[in-house]
Formats: sequence, structure tokens, C-alpha cells
Amino acid sequence: MTTTTTKAEAGAEPAARETVLDARGVTMRFGGLTAVRDVNLTVNSGEIVGLIGPNGAGKTTFFNCLTGLYVPTEGEVRYKGQVLPPKSFKVTAAGIARTFQNIRLFNNMTVLENVLVGRHTRTKEGLWSALLRGPGFKRAEAASEKRAMELLEFVGLAEKAQHLSKNLPYGEQRKLEIARALASDPGLILLDEPTAGMNPQETRAAEELIFAIRDMGIAVLVIEHDMRFIFNLCDRVAVLVQGQKLIEGDSQTVQGDERVIAAYLGEPIDETPKAEALAAETPEAEAPAAETDADEAPEAEAPADEADEAEAPADDEAPDEAPAADGTPAEDDTPADAADAAKDAAPGKENDA
Amino acid sequence: MTTISENPQAPATAESAKTADRGLIGLLPERTARAVTLGGAALTVASCFLSWTWDPDFPGDLTVYGYPAGLQLQVLLLGVLTVLFALSSYGVKGLGWLTPAGADGAVKFGALASFGTAWFTVIAISVELGGLVNLEPGGFVLAVATLVTLLAALDLPFKRPTVLPVDPEDTGWDQFKHRAGNGWASFKATFSAPRPVKKLRPLPTAVEILIIAVVLGLALSVFTYGIGTEYDELFLGFLITAGLGFAAIGASGLLKQVTQLTAKHQNLTIAGAFIAAALFPFTQTDDQYATLGVYILIFATVALGLNIVVGLAGLLDLGYVAFLGVGAYAAALVSGAPTSPFGVHFPFWAAILVGAAASVVFGVLIGAPTLRLRGDYLAIVTLGFGEIFRITVMNTDGTSGPDITNGSNGIASIPNLNLFGFDFGQAHTIAGFTIGRFANYFFLMLLITAVVVLVFRRSGDSRIGRAWVAIREDETAALAMGINGFRVKLIAFALGAGLAGLAGTVQAHVTYTVTPEQYLFAGPIPPNSAFLLAAVVLGGMGTMSGPLVGAALLFLIPNKLQFMGEYQLFAFGVALVLIMRFRPEGIVADKRRQLEFHEHDEQPAPAATPAKAGA
Repeated sequence: MTTTTTKAEAGAEPAARETVLDARGVTMRFGGLTAVRDVNLTVNSGEIVGLIGPNGAGKTTFFNCLTGLYVPTEGEVRYKGQVLPPKSFKVTAAGIARTFQNIRLFNNMTVLENVLVGRHTRTKEGLWSALLRGPGFKRAEAASEKRAMELLEFVGLAEKAQHLSKNLPYGEQRKLEIARALASDPGLILLDEPTAGMNPQETRAAEELIFAIRDMGIAVLVIEHDMRFIFNLCDRVAVLVQGQKLIEGDSQTVQGDERVIAAYLGEPIDETPKAEALAAETPEAEAPAAETDADEAPEAEAPADEADEAEAPADDEAPDEAPAADGTPAEDDTPADAADAAKDAAPGKENDA
Repeated sequence: MTTISENPQAPATAESAKTADRGLIGLLPERTARAVTLGGAALTVASCFLSWTWDPDFPGDLTVYGYPAGLQLQVLLLGVLTVLFALSSYGVKGLGWLTPAGADGAVKFGALASFGTAWFTVIAISVELGGLVNLEPGGFVLAVATLVTLLAALDLPFKRPTVLPVDPEDTGWDQFKHRAGNGWASFKATFSAPRPVKKLRPLPTAVEILIIAVVLGLALSVFTYGIGTEYDELFLGFLITAGLGFAAIGASGLLKQVTQLTAKHQNLTIAGAFIAAALFPFTQTDDQYATLGVYILIFATVALGLNIVVGLAGLLDLGYVAFLGVGAYAAALVSGAPTSPFGVHFPFWAAILVGAAASVVFGVLIGAPTLRLRGDYLAIVTLGFGEIFRITVMNTDGTSGPDITNGSNGIASIPNLNLFGFDFGQAHTIAGFTIGRFANYFFLMLLITAVVVLVFRRSGDSRIGRAWVAIREDETAALAMGINGFRVKLIAFALGAGLAGLAGTVQAHVTYTVTPEQYLFAGPIPPNSAFLLAAVVLGGMGTMSGPLVGAALLFLIPNKLQFMGEYQLFAFGVALVLIMRFRPEGIVADKRRQLEFHEHDEQPAPAATPAKAGA
């Protein structure tokens, strides 16, 4: 994993970056419910930005505001300095592509056709040229097909180009969705939970794929629940809680922030109820960690904090974070581990037994 | 022929048949059953040369010995087919190519087809002439022979499907349902082909083309025979014969191989189908059936246009016939008809442009406000607009509105077309064949159909066609891919409207008169919106040949079965429900849809050949 070098680069040339996405004061109200309140977010070129938050925090709603599926009640979204039009197909044409949280492929089209549909905004051939089939049409079709096959090659689906997309296994459907989004030659790609339901190997492959996309010069904004994944991946992470942006910054800042821990784990009030609250929260908070790395789970159960800290260097992002890890135990790792740490600190040890 | 007893050593092998792969009935051991099937089929063939009834009153005159006629010919054909399949099941040299997927399924279907047509004939004779006494011995021989063949064929072994045992704790009704389900599964398995179709080994191109030509020729003869059936019994027999015979050929695997061939030479097949269709008027001695031909073509062309809207773009349009009406009225108004208030006479090329353009304009006018709706709402609104067209035309008669369309009288006496001095109203003699008025229009309509086929194929396989399918599959995702959904849907809607308008301009001239009552939502006479949609759904949504086949069937069946009278729509509804239950992807399955509906079936039903496309 190349997180370390990534961050070095990120630090080295911040001035050369242009702002790809600039959302200012985005607010989305559905009747009386404010799903997203006054969120500012920028994404620079060559950057991977994460958006995290508990379920129902408004992440997907915010995505939909960015891509024109919803028109924000207030605020504006700029792409490379231009205000985005409020229609999703125009947003795509402008250069923002997206994937969906629950996969939305064109099920009864082949894999290749799915990617060709993604080429729609970058090709011009209308009905007449389709009917007349001039040389220009054939050239454009051949070029589209070539580009689509390149993308399929890129995500590793070239052999399955003629399969129906719904017959692909889950992980490959996710990849196909990414290839389809890339087909519109975007400057920014929005990934809505790209690793949901994936096993650790697939998650790692997805990680590699996203780095590769970033290396193609495409900025990435990714929503995810898998903390390990997001802190590995992202240069910056923004936390959305109840529709508001809580904090934005690099992984360490976000992980160390008390409000973030509170949002995920709940606020400790006093000793005794805290133990109960944590006992209730733990399974939920632990889930992502268990997904990421099956080996991690038994070790996470270990009673001493030190065991956790000793584990940390084994993690991918560990080298550059190790120095920062000597603060509170909660600071050095994902909230899942923080949960364990807190749990261990609590007197209610009978939970473990 | 006494073939039944020609296999004396058969009982000796009886024990071997006791294993799991016994036949559905289990009366006879396998070898006996096979022999009896062959013998029965041969006897069936022989009985077709006997007299079936003494009374020449039964249509077709089945009283003559040694000269098969009418229904006898159909049974004869099926009998020969069954004999050939049965011989092939014996591994007779030179017949192996007949059954690339194994012979047993084909033999069973062949026996079933012979049985169906023969018993239909026998029952028809008894009912119409009043009792079994009207049968000659030949009729009894036929009845017994086909029954024995069928029973013996059902004794042939087949691969039993694995069925779930009945849960004894279920209620009686559930147990019954479960048993019925198991029984049905076994029954279906009986008729399925024993093994997957062998891939056709590569042949010289010339041979492949020759095979396609022969298949197209066969399709043309079947179609010509069907359209030319002179009495109800013959047509009903034709339906049984053609339907089950087709199934038999499908079970033999031949159909799949032909489909492989036609898929390989797609353009050639389509061109060949059009040539075959163009030969149709030359097979006729008078104009009687060319009339049917031209009406079928109009109906089929409009259905194919609708298939762009419904099958590709997924827009359920229930008022589509209005666009046909707009085209027809536009052409009629500028045709120089004495009842047209405009009194202008455009040349045909101008009239056809006016008709298509009027339809496109009408399509855009209707589409622009309605295409923002999705699904059911769009269907309701288009249904409304279809009726609005008819009522508006009815009311612009000079009394309730401006005098444009003559109200319910319509525009009558539309003159015949005259292209480059070729008068469509006159009969012409070409190379000894007399080509009458309707045959002239048949050729013109065939050209229009060719244009629509071209438009359908080319637009479907392009950027815009993929955008249509994407919209049909998932509109939100399609929008997120940068497809301007509204614009793309409007193009589909307008294009579909324009193609219908094109067909309408010819229709106005063919029918002499256009009246509002030709353009109903639902009525006994196609084309109307309901029948058009049914042709698309029945034939196969999103396919090219599907709507053409569907339209041909939907036009011919009500037209030939006049005796059904007012039960026609009822029978039509029942047939539609049955088809949707048992073959939801339509007669000609889109490859995608076939996968969609039959994911779990082990043996998907064989796809119909697109050979009938142009017929």
C-alpha cells in the first residue's frame, strides 16, 4: 500500500492543485426535515477525499445534491469554478461521474454496453448519423468501443465484456459501475460506498483501484463506513453528522476528534451508564473492523490496550502514524479499536468473559 | 402396413426398462415403445391415403382413396415428420442431421402433433356430419394409429427431473398443488430435448446460404398455405399442425442450428426474407389473399414502430394507433380525394413526407408534456391522447367544429396512387403473373416495411439505441450517465410516431377511405392500439422479427376464424394470458429477455426462427 508516499506527495505540492469541486453552504430540506445543513466541502485535483458519518447523517443526500439528482435548497456547487446545472445529466457532462450505493447497472445489457452507455456524453452521434451510418459514425463507434475495452481492461473485466451485467458476481458489478462512471472521462468521481458487502481481499483490490483512478488524474470523493479503508485511502476526511459537517482534516485529526468518537460511540455521561452504552454500541462499531481484517477480531478482544498498540504497526497506515499514537489510546486507530480501548478501561469487564 | 408386429424380440428386453429412466406412462418397455411409435407413425402416413369419411360435404372432400386432400395433407406431413424422427432415433444412416439434439423429444412432439390434428379432424367430422357413423374405416385407422403412436412415444424414456417429495404435514390442497407441480415438471421434461444441441460444424458459405434460402422458402410456403386456407377447419388444423410441428422441429434442435446460421448471415437472411415476402404475390392467382398480405404488412410495420417506443425505450404507449391515423388522414387530405376540404393533390413522395411529418409533429406535441411522467402515468396519458385524436377527428365535421375531416363519414374515395406512370389501381401482368391492385400496394408496403426494419436495426444498435435501453433499464442511473432522458425519450416517441405515419399514408390509399372508427383503442379488427401492443408483447419485445410474427398471427387468426364472432376478443384475452404465463418473453425471444425469464429453467424453450420475419 502506498499511503505514505501518497501523503508525502500531497504535502509536497499543494500549490499546484486546482479546486475541482467546491460546495458552499449546501443545504437540503425535505419539507420540515433538514437532511443536509450548510455543508462546505472542497476537493482538489489529485486528491482522495472521504466522507464519513453514521447512518442517516445525510451523506448520500449530499452526494445527490452534488450530482444534480436533488437541487440544493440553499448553497451552490461549483465544478472547476463553474456553478453546476441542476440536472444530473448535465453534471455528468460537466465532468462529475458517480456510482450508486445500491448498484444500479443496466441489468439486461452486456458489460460492454454498460460502459458504452457511460460514453454517452463524450460522443455526439445522433439519430441521423445512426440511420445513415456514415464513416464518421463507424469511426466514433469504434473509438467508443476501444475506450470501453480499455476501461474494462483497467478494472479487470475485459474477458467478461459480452456477459449480461446482472450475471456478474457482486464485486465485479461494483467494478463495472466504476468503469461505467470512468467512461464519461470525469474530472471527479463520486463513489458511494464502493466496498459495501465486500470481503477483505475485495476491499483491498478496490483500494488499489481507487489509487489507480487517482493516478489517472481524477479526483475522488468517497463515502464509506469502513474506517480502516477510508483512513488508508483518503488524503482528507470530512465527517458528516446529522446533516452537518463536524470536522474535516487528515486521518489523524479526524480520528482524534472527540466529537467524532462521540458521534460514533455516544457521549459518556458517567461511569456506570457508560459501560452499558458501550456494551450496546460495541457490536455495531466493531463490524467494520471485523470486515476489514478477520485476524484483527480476536486480537481486538485482548484485555490490555498495549496489545492493541502493539498491533498497530502491522496495519498499512501505521508507519507514519506511530509517533502520533502515544496520546490517548483512542487516537491511534479506528473507532472500532477505540471502542475496545474504552471498553477495557470501563469497569464492566464481565462483557469480555 | 403391419409394422406393429414387426419386432417380436422386443419383450425380451423388458427388464432393462425397469430402471429410473422409464417413459411417462410406463406401459411398454423402451424398445417395444420405439418400434410401436415408428409403426404407428407409418400407419398414420398410410391412413392418409385412405378415405376418412364417405360424405363429401365435409370441407376438403376426404372421401377419395389414394389422394390426400385438405387436412389429410397436414396429417400426412406430420406423419412423415414423425417417421423420419423415429428412424433417426434408430440411428439410421443419413438421418442423423435431422435431430442434432436427440430424437426422442422430437418424436414425442411429432406424435402429439399428428394426434392433435388427426383427432381434431375426426371429431370435426363426427360433430359436423352427426356422429361417428360418418367415418370410413380409414378414419378409424387414423384415430387408432395416432393414439397408439402417441402412447408409445410417451413410453420412450426421458430424464426425469428431480422433484421434491410431498410434505405429509401440508394441507390436502397444498399436497395437491405440490403433486400437480411435480407432475407438470415431469410432463415438461418428457417433451424436452434429451441433450443440448450440437454446434453446427462450419460448412462452405454457399451451402449455408442455400440452407437459409431453403428455410426461407419453407417459411414462405407455410405462410402462403396458412393465408390461403379456405375453410375454418383447415385453418384450425393448420394452427395445430404448424404450432406442434414447429415445437417438434424445435425439440429436434434443428431450429437452434438454423438460428445459428441466420445469426451468422444476418443481413443476408433479412434480405432473403424480404425477397421471399416479395415472391408471395406471385404464388397467388387472384388478389384475394394479397389483400390480407398488405393488411398484415401495415399492421406489422406499425407494430415494429411501436416496438421502438415500447420494446427499446420502455415507454408504454397505449394510444399509438393515433399516429397511424394522423399519417393516414394527412395523406388522405392531400390526396386529391373529392371529400377532402383542401382539394389539393400532392404527388405521393410529398404526401408521404406530409404524413410522416404530421405524425412526428403530433408525436412531439403529445410527447413533450407527457414524457416527464414515468410508467403507469405515461400509459394512462397516452391512452387518453389516443382517444382525443379519434374524438377530435370525429368532431371536426363542419357542425361541431371546423370542417376538416368530415367527421364520422371520414374521407372517402381516396384515389389510387400513380408512381412514374405505374397505376396502383390497375392489374399488371409481369412475366405471366397477374399482379392486382392489392399486390401492387403489397410491394409498396414491403418497401415501407424494409425502411422501418432498417430504421429499427440501425437506431437500436447505436449510441441512441443504447441510451433507450438504458432508460428502460434504470432511468435514474441513465441520467447519472449523462443521458438527457427527456430528449432521448422524445426522439424515440417521435421516431415511432413518424414510422407509424409512414405506414398510415399507404394505408389511406389501400383502404380507399379513412374514418375515425379505424383508429380505436381496442376493437375486433387490427390494427388498434391494444392489438398493436399485443403484437409487440406476443412476438417479443425489443426484437425485430417478433412484432412481425406477432402481427401476422394476430391478424390472421381473427380473420380466419370468423365463426368465433363476438367471442374473438375473449379468446384473444385468454390466449394472451396463457402466453404470458408460459412464454413471457414472447414468441421470438430477445436473448436478454430469455435469460431474464428462464434463469432457473434447465432447458430454455427454443427460440423461434427469425426466418418468418419478412413474411
